[in-house]
Amino acid sequence: MEALFSITTGVLAACGLFLALRGRTFPVVVGLTLLSYAVNLFLFSMGGLTTGGAAVIGDKGGDYADPLPQALVLTAIVIGFAMTAFSVILAMRARGDLGSDHVNGNRLDEPREERT
Amino acid sequence: MNHLIALPILLPLVTGLGLLLNRDGAAVPRRVVGLSATAALLVVCALLMIQSSSGTIQYYALGDWQPPFGIILVLDRLSALMVTLTALLALGSLCYASAGVDVEGSNFHGLFQLQLMGINGAFLTGDLFNLFVFFEVLLIASYSLLMHGGGKARIHSGFHYVVLNLAGSALFLIGLGVLYGTLGTLNMADMAAKVPGLDSSRLVLAEAGAMLLLVVFGLKSAILPLYFWLPRAYASAPAPVAALFAILTKVGIYAILRVFTLIFGPQAGSLANIAQPWVWWLSLATLALGGIGVLAARDLRTQVAYLIIISVGTLLAGIGMNSLGSHSALLFYMVHTTLVTGGLFLLADTIAHQRGKAGARIVRGRAVEQVALLGTLFFVGALTVAGVPPFSGAVGKALILQSATPGQQVWLWPILLLSSLAAIVALSRTGSTLFWRVSGGGSRERSDKDIHEAGPLRTAGLMLLLGASPLLVAFAGPLSEYTDATADQLADHEAYIQAIIERDKTGGGS
Repeated sequence: MEALFSITTGVLAACGLFLALRGRTFPVVVGLTLLSYAVNLFLFSMGGLTTGGAAVIGDKGGDYADPLPQALVLTAIVIGFAMTAFSVILAMRARGDLGSDHVNGNRLDEPREERT
Repeated sequence: MNHLIALPILLPLVTGLGLLLNRDGAAVPRRVVGLSATAALLVVCALLMIQSSSGTIQYYALGDWQPPFGIILVLDRLSALMVTLTALLALGSLCYASAGVDVEGSNFHGLFQLQLMGINGAFLTGDLFNLFVFFEVLLIASYSLLMHGGGKARIHSGFHYVVLNLAGSALFLIGLGVLYGTLGTLNMADMAAKVPGLDSSRLVLAEAGAMLLLVVFGLKSAILPLYFWLPRAYASAPAPVAALFAILTKVGIYAILRVFTLIFGPQAGSLANIAQPWVWWLSLATLALGGIGVLAARDLRTQVAYLIIISVGTLLAGIGMNSLGSHSALLFYMVHTTLVTGGLFLLADTIAHQRGKAGARIVRGRAVEQVALLGTLFFVGALTVAGVPPFSGAVGKALILQSATPGQQVWLWPILLLSSLAAIVALSRTGSTLFWRVSGGGSRERSDKDIHEAGPLRTAGLMLLLGASPLLVAFAGPLSEYTDATADQLADHEAYIQAIIERDKTGGGS
């Protein structure tokens, strides 16, 4: 399970990073979203992965999942969601005000990129 | 428990939420509420500073969950000093904003209070994850404040600022995750107590987590490879917001100081002082590039933004030197530079306002209307920020220069002094262009509608922030005694850990 989990996190983070480095605002926003998913998964696993353990504390005091990462990841999800919503609105506003969806507000390179 | 510790967070929160209810309509009630809440905040912070000056470290357990299990707010000399500085800066910039900037867009006062809540929370919290949450609170508010009033330049630099900080938050979370995975706690005092006992297989992981945190705090504080967002964002922000942002870089510096002297401080075994060598060399490079930027800036606001970079470099050099003297010196310099650079942003806006089309660009333009007032303030501000006696910059820089050991002097003295020289040259050129190289007729020829004289509120804001410079010289003695005591307290990890972790074992939780 650890291998699958870490590969998933790694692929998500790599895709997120790649997209975040693109020149248009939409891929950048999607990239940041993917990056925050990867981070949430990572946070979730930081207390160690347990299978079949009780959610918080089992009645027999056996294996249980660390509750703190769950609380933290909830906070991180809420904050990440709000930030994504904000950046989407900001990207739309930038498109309207700057007349371009390039992160540098650069109008000249628009037709050039569309040709290639 | 001492409930006063929670007030610097609760007061702006309640005020901010209340102000969000009254978004439209007359601006005067919002101004009155905002200004009186900020003034009350200043009083609360001053009380906290008096309490903390006794040297005891108090904590406030939220929900009465005892540390290390619950989230705590910690009041020591350093956090009291930082919240007081924030309140003072906020009062000055809010005075200035109430003269008209606040009605250029909606919700200025509500967002301003929420921003204050985030900043105060970041200074007071004793929990690393809570620090992340307060970082986000202050960032969300700062995104909106940065774009207050709209306009191409603000949207443009705002998008860069938002994306960079979102990436920074992701790194922060990864760093936190790694540290929690290795140490099993996020309470700063508890972490500090556990780091020395780490087994060797986990040392590398903990080091990676710590260095990730350094990158994040470096991004916030605008250290060399991570400062390129700052000049543009600060130069395009509305003046009172830019003035308040003068404290945002200090939040990053505070976080570096707190985390890397407490958790990864000298007691941390093989992880002791891991950040300081990096911070030291990067701070010198930041100083050098800040000096070049100040010389190259073609707009007064950009120039002030580069002056912030120089001050960041100076402060980080203080952290890099990592001695009692340098910590005390950097705290003294922090008080001075925050207030004065904030004041200079306000001054740049007033000058731009009165010069009409030429704005804050450093070119020949028409004369400002209040030559005597603005000229004097610029003179005081420029000399202060460049570090020329008799103003507070000279005292702060002298303390920092003095605290360097001979080996460090070789590097620090030439670079710091040359960057000061660059600031003097650039600012004297700017001052003579703005005030002396004047085209067109005198101010009397203009019609009434052109007059943009700074009203009483603007002048009060300017005076409050720039007037701090002579005051800091007059009260340099008491302040440096306080910062000396703060540096002593910072160096005493055992006392900090005991105040928070050990005390609840003996039963007294407050």
